[in-house]
Amino acid sequence: MSRPEHIAPPEIFYGEVEARKYTDNSRIASIQAEMAYRALELLNLSEGPKFLLDIGCGSGLSGEILEEEGHVWVGMDISPHMIDVAREREVEGDLFVQDAGQGVGFRPGTFDGCISVSVLQWLCNADKTINRPKARLQRFFSTLYASLKKSARAVFQFYPENDDQIKLIIDVATRCGFEGGLLVDYPNSKKAKKYYLCLFAGTQTGRRNELPKALGEDGEMHPDEVKSISNENRRLVTRKRKTNRTSVKDKKWVQHKKEVARDRGDKVVANDSKYTARKRKVRF
Amino acid sequence: MRLITHNLLQCHVKNCNSNNFPLKIEDAQVELIEADYNPEFLVNMLPKIDWPVLVNTAKQLGLPEIPAQVPEDAENNEAFLQGLHSVLLETHIQQGRMICPGCGHVFNIKEGIPNMLLAEHEI
Repeated sequence: MSRPEHIAPPEIFYGEVEARKYTDNSRIASIQAEMAYRALELLNLSEGPKFLLDIGCGSGLSGEILEEEGHVWVGMDISPHMIDVAREREVEGDLFVQDAGQGVGFRPGTFDGCISVSVLQWLCNADKTINRPKARLQRFFSTLYASLKKSARAVFQFYPENDDQIKLIIDVATRCGFEGGLLVDYPNSKKAKKYYLCLFAGTQTGRRNELPKALGEDGEMHPDEVKSISNENRRLVTRKRKTNRTSVKDKKWVQHKKEVARDRGDKVVANDSKYTARKRKVRF
Repeated sequence: MRLITHNLLQCHVKNCNSNNFPLKIEDAQVELIEADYNPEFLVNMLPKIDWPVLVNTAKQLGLPEIPAQVPEDAENNEAFLQGLHSVLLETHIQQGRMICPGCGHVFNIKEGIPNMLLAEHEI
């Protein structure tokens, strides 16, 4: 399956039908929720309700997580259909139909933090001839930097296409004043591997900006994968048990067959001795 | 869109930097939707709110009066915070327009959702 951003621009890819499918799909919803929780965790916010920005909020799956944790949020998405679904689901955050690549228009120091789930890779494509990905990323990161409070963080979970894309994003973000880097959870797993771009807008006085610890670095596996691997083991064990069938040709069976042959009388049957149905060496 | 967000919104048209806040509201249809009261959040947001703009906007939209200046004991003033909660978090602009005083761009609001998409020449 080709990458979504190679199929169509986001406002067209997430049309009316796709928007509903995406939101109704329980698997997608649970993965998005998990990533939203992780992004929120990586924001490392202090105690208390905060004012947060959700870039590419879509149908509000990630925004709802922010609500549940007691925060007030504002979300923007380029697809009016996704925003419509969010409105129908009556999410608490304020929604905007907005193109992040055109800039984030808020007064300086507005937000205590920013999250974004599965969005950034869309900004790296030139959908229209007037778009230049690098210029759009520049406009996005520079306006975002201004709208964040000093020492606030912006965490982006995204699906990078290749290393060049990662490098481009980090280059532009750094040029706009952000510090930080890429964090990869479960780097050894194909399914559970997730990329989080963690950016810091300035430093908290007296503290150095440290990238948080990634999950799965010490070899621990994602909980869903642990379950599926133990299921694999169970299947192998039951298979083995079935193949361990007891041999049918034991002594009783042989003696029974000899009796039947003697009764029938047309065959010459050997006498029973201590050698009857004795276990022979396999070589035999 | 709640009034708290309008108070923090500025125009992001290219080169519109000097007079891009606040966005002028026109033909607004306002709706009051209940929200959970959270005084801690309001107290934390107070420094970010542009108070004169908030007072003007509330007056323009015909909302109950809020004090012309933030009271000294804002953190403990229940009455003040309750009023602030209603104005900031429960007042939604459902229909209308926002116009940038600097470049004149019109942002339409439909069903509570503003359209912030810019034209080619504004990027």
